[in-house]
Amino acid sequence: MNRRPSQLRRLALVVLSVLVLGGGSLGYVLHARHRGLPTATVDGSFSLAEPGLYYRDSATGQVARRSGTGGPPATGGPACERFYATGERALCLRKLPGIPARTQALVLDRRLREIKRVTVPGIPNRARVSASGNVLSWTAFATGDSYATTAFSTRTSILDLRTGYLIKSMEEIPLTIDGTRYHASDVNYWGVTFARDDNRFYATVSTKGRTHLVEGNLRDWSAKALRENVECPSLSPDDTRIAFKKKVSDDPAAPWRLYVLDLADMREHPLAETRSVDDQAAWLDDKTVGYALPGRDGRAADTWSTPADGTSEPRLLIPGGSSPAAVS
Amino acid sequence: MYLANTGRPDAPPRPAGARRRVPATVVALGAVSLVTDVSSEMVTAVLPLYLVLGLGLSPLQFGFLDGMFNGATALVRLLGGRLADRGGHHKRVALAGYLLSALSRLGLLLAGGATAGIAASLAADRLGKGVRTAPRDALISLSGPPETLGRAFGVHRAMDTTGALLGPLAAFAVLWATADAYDAVFAVSFCTGLLGVLLLVLYVPSAAPAPPARSTPLHGGALRDPAFRRILYTASLLGAATIGDSFLYLLIQRGLDLPPALFPLLPLGAATGYLLLAVPAGRIADRVGRRLPFLAGHLALLGAYAALLFPVAWPTVVAVLALLGVFYAFTDGVLMALAGPVLHAHRRAGGLAVLQTGQALARLLGAAGFGAAWTFWGQGPALWTAALALAGALAAGWRILPAPAPARDAPEAP
Repeated sequence: MNRRPSQLRRLALVVLSVLVLGGGSLGYVLHARHRGLPTATVDGSFSLAEPGLYYRDSATGQVARRSGTGGPPATGGPACERFYATGERALCLRKLPGIPARTQALVLDRRLREIKRVTVPGIPNRARVSASGNVLSWTAFATGDSYATTAFSTRTSILDLRTGYLIKSMEEIPLTIDGTRYHASDVNYWGVTFARDDNRFYATVSTKGRTHLVEGNLRDWSAKALRENVECPSLSPDDTRIAFKKKVSDDPAAPWRLYVLDLADMREHPLAETRSVDDQAAWLDDKTVGYALPGRDGRAADTWSTPADGTSEPRLLIPGGSSPAAVS
Repeated sequence: MYLANTGRPDAPPRPAGARRRVPATVVALGAVSLVTDVSSEMVTAVLPLYLVLGLGLSPLQFGFLDGMFNGATALVRLLGGRLADRGGHHKRVALAGYLLSALSRLGLLLAGGATAGIAASLAADRLGKGVRTAPRDALISLSGPPETLGRAFGVHRAMDTTGALLGPLAAFAVLWATADAYDAVFAVSFCTGLLGVLLLVLYVPSAAPAPPARSTPLHGGALRDPAFRRILYTASLLGAATIGDSFLYLLIQRGLDLPPALFPLLPLGAATGYLLLAVPAGRIADRVGRRLPFLAGHLALLGAYAALLFPVAWPTVVAVLALLGVFYAFTDGVLMALAGPVLHAHRRAGGLAVLQTGQALARLLGAAGFGAAWTFWGQGPALWTAALALAGALAAGWRILPAPAPARDAPEAP
């Protein structure tokens, strides 16, 4: 049998398919690159001056606002993966392109102009600004290294704009659990929320497979664990209650439920929302919390609200919205 | 092109010893694996980011989605081995596996954000991977005389690992060029996967050279063979004393307080060691027999545990990564070269599948056990336990594993 022509033919086939498949790949990449060019049109007049409910619109990836008086939402805010704002400052988390993932935290003033930017490793996850706008915190989680998929770890940063002092990762904070100083290298913090005094804060720490609610003190730089099984705390505007997600099930599809903890008597009660919420809730006023859930009808996310006292029914607040933040 | 020129010029008597060329089939299968691994590691590298960031899945959900299919892979592998043995359709079964994995990228592309579609695509990928492994290794082991199998597997594994190293780089390049268009990664991965399939079709000969003359089927599976059983027991025992790489890397990271950005470099270091040592390890295994290198590879792993029992410094990191490289080079392909010749050609794919599955399940058990020990006893005691367990398993393996000169190629059934 003559092997030579068949060898040649095989080689020709390989070369041809390399050209076709390579060309196809290149074409797709070029197409994606073209498509990926910024489509976001940021409206320079969009600012925090208007009171209302700010949120991230998942269709555009940009921040939008719905005013209390109704009417169509104002669009054209900055593009962020995660957003939070109070009257004076906003925090916008963006993911920088490429691997490994990096998060860019942009601190914005009342007119949403950038006043500081910090880059940390990880994927944007949580963002909070104190009521005065002086202290900010964000959490990024590191995962997605193809080689190390067993666990994810979080890094939480705290920025004090009064002094300009930045703590890139708060995991070194002296921690007390059950009255004794706790030392472990596996501590992970996430979901900081600040009290009105710009000093006291709450957060979740996880260690040895358990999560604790910690109360921290910025001036003393210390933290003590208050209670187990509290994640992503969110302090009410009057500083009396904490909305949080509690792990209630081992079912990985629906592990959490929203609860509210009364700090005066440390009693907790579940909220009317029965679906599993993986979000740091935001207080829309002293009686209502808002949170994002996976969206319906093909939307990436929807924002819902429910009364903080556990009564009534959850309400679909903003279809397509996430990262709710009430600015008054 | 190198592949085209390697035809098979050595038809009649072959020059003896290790100087001989690696069979064309092995190089072809190595090229297929290289290209396929580029394709699959591209996706693996970006999948967590895509799911968590692009689709808003929580990391917990991702872990669940990811872990769900790993168990199923083991069972599918057994099936793949069985199918390949029935009628000697090694190439056809392997082809189905490679094709399924390549098409699964198209599924990812078309699924958009639908979780069900993504889950189905991931399942298809794992199914393909499970099905193809055993027939492919059987093809390698049937491609040449038993005394050169160590090197053949070494060459294949080195090429395979090269692909696994290049994949994430390719994904990185695509994401960089497109400002995070994950679908572009899937598209490129799909094209790369198709190329792998094409190489398999064109350059891997279809049938195993085993004579199909005997129409009487072999009774019973590979497990009937006492020599094979001993290999299986040893591999499983040693596998159960393996704690899993991620834990080793975690120990290093903890001990050194390594910045997270450097964390992915650890497995890269170990893989590079494996890549460089795979061929030399195979040659050594051909020369001195595979039993000793296989056990010595686990001794290197024991060395890595021992190094981590002391305070971690930078030299420790280098030592641990090098030892891990040695471990893989001397155990992975070498185990196939050890077991291949013991198995009759007609039940080789099935036998290798049983062996790989047994080892994989044992390792899963070992990692889970170590995780539990770490949680309950803390890191130090857990590592001591693992080291003692591995030492014990090594001692047992020394006794169990048949001494050299096992049966030659394809022994006749009694």
